[in-house]
Amino acid sequence: MTISRRNLLKGAAAAPLASMALPAFAQDKIKIGFIFLGPVGDYGWTWAHNKGREAVEAALGDKVETIYTENVAEDASAEAAIRDLCNAGCKLVFTTSYGYMDQTIKVAAEFPDVKFEHCTGFKRADNVSTYNSKFHEGRAVLGTIAGKMSKSGTLGYLGSFKVPEVVLGVNAFALAAQKQNPAATVKLVMIDSWFDPPKEAAATETLVNLGCDVVTTHTDSPAALQILEQKGLFGFGQGADMSTFAPTAHLTAIEDIWGPYYVARAQAIVDGTWASADTWDGMKEGTVVISPYNAAIPADVAALADGVQAGYKDGTYDIFTGPIFDQDGVERVKAGEVMALADLAVIDWFVKGVESAS
Amino acid sequence: MRYKLEKRREPSMAMLVITPVASVIVTMLVGILAFDALGVDGWAAVRDIFLTPLLASHKWQDVAVKAAPLVIIALGLSVGNRAQVWNIGAEGQYVIGALAAAGVGLAFGQAGGFFVILAMIAAGCLGGALWALIPAVLRTRFSVNEVLSSLMLTYVSLQVLGYLVGGPWKDPNGRNFPATAPLPEGQMLPALDGSTIHLGIVVALILPFAFWLLMSRSTFGYQVRVVGSSPHAARHGGFDAKQTIWATMLIGGAMAGLAGSLELTGALHKVDLGFASGYGFTAIIVAFLGRLNPFGCLLAGIVLAVTSVGGQLAKTTVHIPDSTAGIFQAMMLFLILASDILIRYRIAKRA
Amino acid sequence: MDFTIAAIITIVGLTTPILLAGLGELVVEKSGVLNLGVEGLMLVGAISGFGVTVFTFNPWAGVLGAAVGGALASLIFAVLVLQLNSNQVATGLALTIFGTGVSSLIGVNFTGRIVAPFGSIFPDALARDPFWKLFFGYSPIVYFAIIMVFVVGWFLKRTRAGLILRAVGENDLSAHSIGYSVIRVRYMAIAFGGAMAGIGGAYFSLVITPMWAEKMTAGRGWIALALVVFAGWRTGRLLAGAYFFGILMALELYAKAAGFSFLPSQFWAAMPYAMTVVALAIISSRGTAGASAPACLGKPFTPST
Repeated sequence: MTISRRNLLKGAAAAPLASMALPAFAQDKIKIGFIFLGPVGDYGWTWAHNKGREAVEAALGDKVETIYTENVAEDASAEAAIRDLCNAGCKLVFTTSYGYMDQTIKVAAEFPDVKFEHCTGFKRADNVSTYNSKFHEGRAVLGTIAGKMSKSGTLGYLGSFKVPEVVLGVNAFALAAQKQNPAATVKLVMIDSWFDPPKEAAATETLVNLGCDVVTTHTDSPAALQILEQKGLFGFGQGADMSTFAPTAHLTAIEDIWGPYYVARAQAIVDGTWASADTWDGMKEGTVVISPYNAAIPADVAALADGVQAGYKDGTYDIFTGPIFDQDGVERVKAGEVMALADLAVIDWFVKGVESAS
Repeated sequence: MRYKLEKRREPSMAMLVITPVASVIVTMLVGILAFDALGVDGWAAVRDIFLTPLLASHKWQDVAVKAAPLVIIALGLSVGNRAQVWNIGAEGQYVIGALAAAGVGLAFGQAGGFFVILAMIAAGCLGGALWALIPAVLRTRFSVNEVLSSLMLTYVSLQVLGYLVGGPWKDPNGRNFPATAPLPEGQMLPALDGSTIHLGIVVALILPFAFWLLMSRSTFGYQVRVVGSSPHAARHGGFDAKQTIWATMLIGGAMAGLAGSLELTGALHKVDLGFASGYGFTAIIVAFLGRLNPFGCLLAGIVLAVTSVGGQLAKTTVHIPDSTAGIFQAMMLFLILASDILIRYRIAKRA
Repeated sequence: MDFTIAAIITIVGLTTPILLAGLGELVVEKSGVLNLGVEGLMLVGAISGFGVTVFTFNPWAGVLGAAVGGALASLIFAVLVLQLNSNQVATGLALTIFGTGVSSLIGVNFTGRIVAPFGSIFPDALARDPFWKLFFGYSPIVYFAIIMVFVVGWFLKRTRAGLILRAVGENDLSAHSIGYSVIRVRYMAIAFGGAMAGIGGAYFSLVITPMWAEKMTAGRGWIALALVVFAGWRTGRLLAGAYFFGILMALELYAKAAGFSFLPSQFWAAMPYAMTVVALAIISSRGTAGASAPACLGKPFTPST
């Protein structure tokens, strides 16, 4: 029972893994290490982070070399794994899951000369930065499409845990859908896991039975999409384009693109300009990317979705613009105001129209 | 020519030592070949899995941190196993022990110090023992098979953990992530400067001696062995089987709870959903590999910790696939379990 | 009506895999052997079933492959515990580690692939009819599972072979002394259990979500173990218990989706296990014949000769 983002393995036969023995003679290149939660061959969370690592190799391959450890549990073994990378001579270490937060801080204190980048956490130090992605911007695009495509006006949201990332996703999805269909409601089921295909499948059937005709998932397997495909309904991919699993049901997907950030941070190490920071990139910076649209999306709906994307890229659109009411009808954000990033980062309430058990 | 197994009059002490060593060596040899076949540098992989954690001094602390809970839990379980009591719910008792310790810690707020830590650890032992009490009562009162009840309770305990860390005990400053707040400094076990070696590891090193004394020098140890080997004789000797079941279950639970509270105060400093990482199950295997002997448990705990620490290292250095590390560990276990029979039997030519 | 039918279909989907694996484990335990490796066997079944289907395009062959895969993996366990008298608990746990690893390793070559779901074989007029799908809308594996409940029940109670199997589980030494091969009976029981767990695993990879994903059974093997105990080692109760567990799992999801928050979700998730402990206490205290654990469960067979 870990809060793992164990995603789906994909890609027939992962490319033969190059031997990564730690050669002592390669002193001229700067070493950069990565700690991964799942296998690099999963097709979601870790796969996306590994793509980011490959982007670093491609962009700075003559100056840096990368090493990584996959399938690292979020317990004491993470501490050992991070320390191994430091001992192997890494000057920059990316720890790519929330559960490595305290371990990263602890090891960072032991290696003041090594810089650390912790994904989705909030604890920083002089040599520890944090970074995150505005997944909810993508969720706003999905909500726009779902609000238009749903006949029943009842949308489903398959969640994992009630953490800010998921709450933001739910709210962005619901608010965007309500812009298209003010009566739209979102039924939310949290399955207490990032990965449990049978439960994801059963939860999707349940949501469909309760009237949802478009279901989005914030869990990592394509199980929901497969159920929706069988029922002739619609859904979205999570973390990566999952259209192979559900060619008709898959409307589009939110893809996590870490490459630009990783390259920039690696470059900063090479240049000697790295400084501790808290970065929260989104569509504008290219961290959140929307997959190609399914042909089933009518042109006018696609145009609306493109509008949201364009708005995020030029800074004219923010789904968390007031008035926003919570589930009890209390006004949380006044008309015209935009929620601050600091408030978004700790959000724990759902907007009006979200039907949830907690 | 055919061979058959012939029962030894006395368990072979030589085989007791030779078989696990041989199993590890065979696993290493097969590993070299298998990894080469998978396109990985076989020798480097096997070296990093089995030898580097022992030879590289900076890996010792990782081995120690991994081994400590395994050894402590296995010691407790081996007492029960000696009495033919099969508590396989140590994982649950470990979890409840950690939660009890965390609860006491929370009750003390930011207060710390020797007595607070002691209270937390005592609560851990008590919590684990109480969780083990349920299968003990069920066994003695209703003759319920403790293998099954203790296993079921493990899954209940995981839900208790999920409920507490995601609900009432959730860190108010933790951005809603399901985890307790990190312990204040004063509630952490002392650790060696600049390392992760905490006091719990010392406990894991001392306990085998205590258990050795208990099992081989006390009446209780004698009672456990008699009840285990021959319930009939035990009754004649005036030993109460029920009392033995109670005692051994409670010891097993208390040790698992102790391990949980030491892991909390010594290593992880908070409880989250990843806290239960399988030590309770692996410790069952450790107890068997250690032949239910206290020092055997210590050695077996270290061996399993080495392969686990080494397995992770080899994932970084030579990129063996994660799944292979699991198969590798299972193969070693199969071999050791299989070769067990040579202790009690010899291979003889069939007449 | 439509609502109830759809809910029932979800419950059937949640129930079938644990029913299959539980039925297999019931036979294993009736023979006096405790195999804790069910979770690993289900994973081996899931990947073998999926792999064979990818190559043959034939889900029937896939199901057969899952059964063979599960049985073969369980034979490793059988050799160790029967031939070499290794401890059943430790060997079963090692089997789960093995099954998890081996399925991941094989699975690397099958990830990202899909097969057609192994759905109903009845004509669409029945299988997709709003009402008749309640009876005809399922994968053949669902009917197979229910039929097997009765076949196994009949086998254990009414056949000579079943009597021998139970005798071996209740008193291996006397079964041995009247000339039955305890070892052979247990081999067959373990292989049967492996095959059934394998088919249960294939239900995930061929029917519910026709794909392979590492650790996709997500702990259902442990629920199957609980189920056998909950059922008091009786086939009829196993069927009822499996559906009871299935209903509990569905209730959690329905309660959440409908917005009821009167109980924490962990309560629902803990229910099958807690109920099993309670059931254990009840059936054991009553001591009704045949409803308590087989007398030789988990104990090695050591004839004095």
